[in-house]
Amino acid sequence: MGKTIAEKIFDTHDRGKPSGNNVVLDIDVVMCHEITTPIAINDLKERDLDRVFDPEKIKVVIDHVTPSKDSKTATQAKILRDWARRQNIKDFFDIGANGVCHALFPEKGFIRPGYTVIMGDSHTCTHGAFGAFAAGVGTTDLEVGILKGVCSFRLPASMKITLTGELADGVYAKDVILYIIKKLTVNGATDKIMEFHGPVVDAMSMEARMTLCNMAIEAGGTSGICMPDKTTAEYLWPFIKGEYASVDAAVEDFKKWHSDPDAVYSSELVFDVSDLVPQVTYGTKPDEVKDISDMEGTSVDQVYIGSCTNGRIEDLREAAKVLKGKKIAPTVRGILSPATPKVYSQAMEEGLIAIFMDAGFCVTNPTCGACLGMSNGVMAAGEVCASTTNRNFYGRMGKGSMIHLMSPFSAAAAAVKGYITDPRTINA
Amino acid sequence: MKTFGGQALFLDRNDINTDEIIPAKYLTENSKLALKPYVLEDLKLPGFNVQEDIARANVVVTRANFGCGSSREHAVWVFEVNNINTVIGESFARIFRQNMFNCGMLAIELSKEDIDTLFQLGGDVIFSIDVENETLTAKGNKEVSFSFSLNSFDKDLLVAGGWLAYADQKF
Repeated sequence: MGKTIAEKIFDTHDRGKPSGNNVVLDIDVVMCHEITTPIAINDLKERDLDRVFDPEKIKVVIDHVTPSKDSKTATQAKILRDWARRQNIKDFFDIGANGVCHALFPEKGFIRPGYTVIMGDSHTCTHGAFGAFAAGVGTTDLEVGILKGVCSFRLPASMKITLTGELADGVYAKDVILYIIKKLTVNGATDKIMEFHGPVVDAMSMEARMTLCNMAIEAGGTSGICMPDKTTAEYLWPFIKGEYASVDAAVEDFKKWHSDPDAVYSSELVFDVSDLVPQVTYGTKPDEVKDISDMEGTSVDQVYIGSCTNGRIEDLREAAKVLKGKKIAPTVRGILSPATPKVYSQAMEEGLIAIFMDAGFCVTNPTCGACLGMSNGVMAAGEVCASTTNRNFYGRMGKGSMIHLMSPFSAAAAAVKGYITDPRTINA
Repeated sequence: MKTFGGQALFLDRNDINTDEIIPAKYLTENSKLALKPYVLEDLKLPGFNVQEDIARANVVVTRANFGCGSSREHAVWVFEVNNINTVIGESFARIFRQNMFNCGMLAIELSKEDIDTLFQLGGDVIFSIDVENETLTAKGNKEVSFSFSLNSFDKDLLVAGGWLAYADQKF
């Protein structure tokens, strides 16, 4: 019987099965940020277990609230910073080098096909874009990961999601994943791995695949995952060129992870996305999704472009297509948070930052605090945001505020008009 | 192992998320106890008054997909520091469920019919929970008993007092 990619990864990382349906895995990369790690660090100290299993396999960033906004967040940053130094963790990214974890760590080449990855952050599923098993975990799992390099999971059941057809202009990976979540509902993939296949995925860049996998958790999924291919190998080439004779040799090697043709799935779904139009959330759950034309005219007070979902260079390019030569509506506050320093500097070189600023956007440093109402874009009660983030829970971006999730292209259009509109109707 | 059971608190909605259990703005706290006043602060349910209802509660009874959203273990800790030891629902988000057992706390899944029965008991409902035999009794205006199932690993975590203690012995 054939195996899925997740089953192959589990087999090669198996440290024992404590029960019939649980397995403990060796973890290749344990990622840490300043919101969920400090309590683990303090607890390890209290237990006289202040050590790490392997400093080279631990990657650390301060990204949610940076620069620190108050004494409490400064303390969180300090706990993380002091610990990274104390434990000799080389891959620690502080102010000047920091960025949104799920954009920064892939950019550094830390994620490879076949890896196991955990982090105390639910959007860790993003890294499945590289053909890795990547899952968000709580602080206790993180703590054990830091100390022992292992984590327990239920044996994986996988859903095969095949995307056929071709995306129309103005329709992006964000629209696709919102549509899939609408179809699956917010717990349609609970305890499942969402395995993405088909010509639409094959044609996607790594950035787009990261957007796709990023929101697997919004359907309850443990991880999103894509088959590693030439696109993956080319993205990773600067980091793997010492390991392979050529990109093609890497692609050939990556195939060992691919799901077998006779692998067994809990369900198989096929979506033809050729007729898909831009999507937007209307309610307070990520599965409450409509065609954007059905929300035409909904006023917004703030437009936020950034986050681990949509703060990468391609996202900025698509938004800039709409904004070039235009001003945002006087009733709108536009905020752009490039996800990493590399994205920021590349956007400057390409003239994108100038386009955003000329249009009236505020450009912040790389950070993601606005998404969960922690910093750099918190809203007041009654306000509405057109946002490229991943979660539209009521009040998430500020008590009493409302969020509509959409692509950067659609968010830029909302900024120009002051209300939600079909971005394809704006002269790009 | 902790003791499980006690006074019930009914939260009658699907998909109650971690932002509703503990809003992100409190994630800057570096102690579990500091979270205590903010439990369920953003949960809006008809007739639900957090301050009054949480004070005597030990067992949360809810519907499907409880604890969806963020990975924040703060959602479990804020229950722990408010003397909640068990959550009973139709289903849980994966990370929330795992966080419960990782902290040596109990998450019990029952069928929709059994959950409906619990919601209809009426009166002050008190739970007695027998983890060893996987049975529970709920006594309100009426009394009902159900069996539930835990896998052996989850039971081991309850006995060990959580995943860290378990993993420190075994790995």
